[in-house]
Amino acid sequence: MSLGPSWYFRSCRSAAAIIAAALVAGTAGAAPSGAPVSDFTLANGLELVVIPDHRAPVVTHMIWYKVGAADETPGKSGLAHFLEHLMFKGTAKNPTGHFSHAVATIGGQENAFTSNDYTAFYQRVPAEQLKTVMDFEADRMTGLQLTDKVVLPERDVILEEQSQRIANNPRARLSVQIDAALYLNHPYGKPTIGWRHEMEQLSRDDAIGFYRRFYAPNDAVVVIAGDIEPNEALKFAEDTYGKVPRHANIMPRQRPQEPTPVAVRSLTLADPRVEQPLLQRAYLVPSFATAKPSQSEALEVLAHILGNGSNSRLYRALVVDKHVAVMAGAGYDSSALDLSKFGVFGAPRPGVTLPQLESEVDAVIADVIAHGVTSEELERAKSRMIADAVYAQDNQVSMARWYGAALTTGATVNDVRQWPERIRTVTAEAVQEATRTWLDKRRSVTGYLIKDVSPQVEKKS
Amino acid sequence: MTRHLACSALGIVALLAGAPAASAMQIEKIISPSGIEAWLVREQAVPLVSLSFAFHGGSTQDDPDKSGTANLAADLLDEGAGDLDGKTYHERLENNAIEHNFQVARDNFHGSLQTLNEHRDEAFDLLRLALSAPRFETEAVERVRGQILSSLRRDTTNPNSLASRRWWEAAFPGHPYGRDSKGAPESVARITADDLRDYVRRAFARSELVVSIVGDIDAKAAGALIDRAFVGLPAKNDLKPVAIATPTGLGRRIVIDLDVPQAVVDFGGPGLARSDPDFIAGYIDNHIMGGGTFSSRLYREVRENRGLAYGISDNLIWFKRAAVVFGSTATSGDRTAEALEIIERETKRMAESGPTAVELLEAKSFLKGTYALSLDSSAKIAAQLTQIQIDNLGIDYIDRRGALIDAVTLEDAKRVAKRLYGGGMLVTVAGRPKGLASSGE
Repeated sequence: MSLGPSWYFRSCRSAAAIIAAALVAGTAGAAPSGAPVSDFTLANGLELVVIPDHRAPVVTHMIWYKVGAADETPGKSGLAHFLEHLMFKGTAKNPTGHFSHAVATIGGQENAFTSNDYTAFYQRVPAEQLKTVMDFEADRMTGLQLTDKVVLPERDVILEEQSQRIANNPRARLSVQIDAALYLNHPYGKPTIGWRHEMEQLSRDDAIGFYRRFYAPNDAVVVIAGDIEPNEALKFAEDTYGKVPRHANIMPRQRPQEPTPVAVRSLTLADPRVEQPLLQRAYLVPSFATAKPSQSEALEVLAHILGNGSNSRLYRALVVDKHVAVMAGAGYDSSALDLSKFGVFGAPRPGVTLPQLESEVDAVIADVIAHGVTSEELERAKSRMIADAVYAQDNQVSMARWYGAALTTGATVNDVRQWPERIRTVTAEAVQEATRTWLDKRRSVTGYLIKDVSPQVEKKS
Repeated sequence: MTRHLACSALGIVALLAGAPAASAMQIEKIISPSGIEAWLVREQAVPLVSLSFAFHGGSTQDDPDKSGTANLAADLLDEGAGDLDGKTYHERLENNAIEHNFQVARDNFHGSLQTLNEHRDEAFDLLRLALSAPRFETEAVERVRGQILSSLRRDTTNPNSLASRRWWEAAFPGHPYGRDSKGAPESVARITADDLRDYVRRAFARSELVVSIVGDIDAKAAGALIDRAFVGLPAKNDLKPVAIATPTGLGRRIVIDLDVPQAVVDFGGPGLARSDPDFIAGYIDNHIMGGGTFSSRLYREVRENRGLAYGISDNLIWFKRAAVVFGSTATSGDRTAEALEIIERETKRMAESGPTAVELLEAKSFLKGTYALSLDSSAKIAAQLTQIQIDNLGIDYIDRRGALIDAVTLEDAKRVAKRLYGGGMLVTVAGRPKGLASSGE
């Protein structure tokens, strides 16, 4: 669940656009010509990236651990995210609440997030407080202490979070089902937040065990964006994170991989709260990390042409020309350590059935496979995407997230830097070829969200 | 998965601000050749220009039978204007990577623009067309209306929308503030292209226009761009007056039945006008109670100690003619009553005893320090300057803000806490809360 330039600055006209947002997500990088980015590795293996931005005396400090929901032991789904919450519960040196209290008192902001591939924590503070938060963060890298007194209420909190994000939201419930059907073998098929019945059983020992396996300097990337000189940041890092010993035994992340997909899959989720049916499809496609050179970039350009904005192929065909949908779009997340997904969606107009809509979606894709994209479309998409890399420079958090997500999903600082160049070289042939190769229905799951009109019994997602 | 603090379905009005960083930032008041005033911040680090502007008159201008008019107009401005049809207009935006954004709030129409320096003339030309010559063609009106109706239909089973809509209706019955800016299915169905034109004609004018511009641009060029976009608009707006209102229904609880695992709870009462001398004290109290950190009283009691909810927050929201304090949380149906009890207990405690000296000190420190964070991008700075102008706080507000916060005494904070939290709350709950029914009708 990373941010990408393609939707970060975009407004959402209707709720349907939010699905596109959820699907779109990160690219392997922006590459700001303006900001000279420094990259260091400490003796204990911790990587440090510094993105200077001196416009305001503030810094954004993030630590990204190379562990996410896809690294959980089977049966313990939700553990990576649960641990993210528990990381706020204190250490011997800084008991519960001290860190947050210190951040709040200096006027800072903090938060954390978990994806399938990474877990990240960040603070935004006045520049002169950078070392203070690095101290706290280095302390909780190995010093976390947990008791049932704090663990059990927090487990209730993540269950409430699951209700809020998934169970209360029919569209999110559909996405969960599509992921589960798309990934036949890879743990990306589990919801990041976990399956509820497994979340209910997570314990303190589970969390501590997971923490000791994965939280270490040689499994982390620190990204600092803001009013700081790289050498000073390096010195701070050596004085704080540098003191934490290297983990002797960080295992490479080798998850069970997907077999070649062979079956066209479809599913239907009926929920009594559905007032707007929805078609959502996901294709199993390469990420930047797993792709051959330029494949992932071609998929990014394709996602833009097919489904970004009101001049995109899907929107024009389904919403404007054929009047079969109120909203339609596409998205692709290139930042994943293993195989990623390419999504398309459409919300039918009243009176249009989901199968009717689906055949129109298929027709749009078939047309790209048969005839490719125009050079005008290609240029428009590329210049728009490259400009987003400049806009991203206006925002410390987007810059830091970009680098963090890339570096924890198999990309390097250079990959991020060269992203505009790689986008620039995408050809119409490559886009057509990507469509033909990857948007093959046998690689996909199509989900229908419909209203459940049967008599109600109590249900849980 | 983010540790979200706020889960309110409403857009919260941009917070006030004031920071040490601010002193580094020079705000110039500029006057365009045609006489339009704007605030400018020169920022040369990134080759772009961010514009933020607002017209007075948002969804308060909607006819009650046609609520959602201003919102529909905003959604249609980039769907064709002047001699450009919608497709061409979007192509021009996209070819030049120009971002336009239009949004309607209750009191104001908000617009923003972001462009690379090299395309700024085109960006402002396109903005002029959208504001002065929107086409409102039938195809586009029906298409966008369909999108809004679709989203309104979805709102009818969304607990966040249900709780929040009901709260505002009950707090401001019959008043434009009680209606959602998006409108309702019946009202949106009735809106005609003439209604849209009428709204644009009445609200889009140079009087009460607020403009902020941030970027790699000097005063002369900025003035020329502002004229490019706004000079052709009518000199005077023609707005319907809005009556002063105070939220009603205090002490009332409204339960909206919906079969969802988690109930959404909205709560609140009268707030403080932005011009109220007690505003800053109230702002600090609210921060201590439920403002955006992991240390607020509600966060600690409801989430941290008991695991009753993922998010809980409490905010001051102010309009030109009313103000509220409004909080929101979501909690499983079998523990909703418990959560509500805690919220009521904390509200009462805050009203009776106010914050402690330590809480006050720490809140002041947070609110002063955090300001710089709200001003770290061109777009954010532009939006903040627009809000300061709308609120009439003065061009030196950012420099004065720290002292205003420091001047609040413990006595002030306690007195204002009683004002803010002592008057009872209106509560709406959407879901299946065990043991809770509507009361106090």
